[in-house]
Amino acid sequence: MDNFLKILSDNPRLSNAQIAAMTGLSEDEVGERIASLEREGVICGYKTVINWEKLEQTDKVTAIIELKVTPRKDTGFEAIAEEIMSFDEVESVSLMSGGYDFSVCVTGRTFQEIALFVAKRLAPIDSVTSTTTTFILKKYKEDGMILSAQSDERGADVL
Amino acid sequence: MNYNDLINRTAHAIPPSGIRRFFDIAAEMEEVISLSVGEPDFLTPWHVRDVAIDSLQKGRTGYSPNRGFTALCREICHYYKRKFDLDYDFSTDVIVTVGGSEAIDLAVRALINPGDEVLVPQPSFVCYDPIARLAGAKAVPIVTHREDEFRLTAEALRECITERTKLLILPFPNNPTGAVMRREHLEKIADVLRETNILVLADEIYSELTYNGQPHVSIASIAGMKERTIVVNGFSKSYAMTGWRLGYALGPKEIISIMTKIHQYAIMCAPTTSQHAAIEALRNGDEDIAKMREEYDLRRKLVVRGFRELGLDCFEPEGAFYVFPSISSTGMTSEEFCEKLLKEKHVAVVPGNAFGECGEGYIRVSYAYSTAHINEALRRIGQFLKEENNSQQLV
Repeated sequence: MDNFLKILSDNPRLSNAQIAAMTGLSEDEVGERIASLEREGVICGYKTVINWEKLEQTDKVTAIIELKVTPRKDTGFEAIAEEIMSFDEVESVSLMSGGYDFSVCVTGRTFQEIALFVAKRLAPIDSVTSTTTTFILKKYKEDGMILSAQSDERGADVL
Repeated sequence: MNYNDLINRTAHAIPPSGIRRFFDIAAEMEEVISLSVGEPDFLTPWHVRDVAIDSLQKGRTGYSPNRGFTALCREICHYYKRKFDLDYDFSTDVIVTVGGSEAIDLAVRALINPGDEVLVPQPSFVCYDPIARLAGAKAVPIVTHREDEFRLTAEALRECITERTKLLILPFPNNPTGAVMRREHLEKIADVLRETNILVLADEIYSELTYNGQPHVSIASIAGMKERTIVVNGFSKSYAMTGWRLGYALGPKEIISIMTKIHQYAIMCAPTTSQHAAIEALRNGDEDIAKMREEYDLRRKLVVRGFRELGLDCFEPEGAFYVFPSISSTGMTSEEFCEKLLKEKHVAVVPGNAFGECGEGYIRVSYAYSTAHINEALRRIGQFLKEENNSQQLV
């Protein structure tokens, strides 16, 4: 099964028939397996990795916000995480070890918009004790993909 | 000066690579998507590169012994014992060379007298014929057929043997067809050769890249064959180390010592940084090979299915990283097909006749590329075939 997931994760644009050829399963079996992995929540979704900086008018700013919180008595970190992840601006939320508690990735159109979002939405949350906002200036690699165009330098005249 | 009169006649007479012109066209084009390259798309495993860097930092930048570092010769012999159950003496039966190519050249030069014949099963890699001719031999092609899964058969071999036959090249797993010789096929070849004085040069450079759970079998491991076989292998394909230029030969010490003598005068020794790296590759590289092989295997199945779906007859290769589909149903020659495909769809593949005349009617497609890349190339080839088909119907 791990191998099956690796194939899916590495080759999201292949058809079920192509995956069937690669795995030795039938096309129907591939379809059923994917459906069941989706139902079980193993496969959470499909996305396209885009290098937004390539577009001429980029109106997308991303920041990583480090949150320190006081865990709540009954629900610990869970309820706080749920509150944070409910905002559309939030791309990802992770509980961290080390110097702070949550790492929150936030996107917006401008630096200002993100600063306001932090001030008006995140900071006021009950149990948040401090926020540190760090803006991303340039992305080099995302989801395992190198974002700059890479050329194949292999010798084309070698057989 | 009239250089033509001064240049060695044999070297002069060897035709330039037929695909040169073709690559020149590709180089001028933009957005070319290529499935033509014969080298891995993986990088040399990091731990191997690291050992090379370390050797440089420690200042190990001198020559090695002519025949290669003893530690490397030992590891090569361990490897052949471990993988193919063959016993070679590290102190006499092995030489480390500049790629497998040099080992082929050395073996041919060590054995050939003018007028000897060298049997070359084709389609096969392009170097055997020129190397044999430069050594003064006559290269005799043996055609392998799609119906025999591009294997060398005992009958075809027997037909080509004459009194002057000195050497049989055995290039399996095969570039460009992907054909392999299993034990039972090798037994039959051995039956023919045991009655003769013919030697075998087994080019096993793709030995790690075999699929369907069938590991490569070396002809040297067939009874009576070790004494008449020179095995050539290297690090380029199995460990993704093409640019390091490192290979080796294993064989009877009487032949290896002559090869070493030629190597000593012509080359001195194989690059030492590469030799340090190769020791690490042999000691700790099995997992890297397994990972790459698994990835190639997935792509292999994808590509075979892709061509069959496009309606081209495609032999299922069991080794190397090429497929060799037939394009004869299009009515075009291999070169016409490749040139037109390149000009109209900007997809580069290699015409089959580059690997011997009998490769006419086929194309070689490398799958040492990402699946996304392969998929896009297949899509364009599909479009191309559809348009060709439509225009033929109009005529």
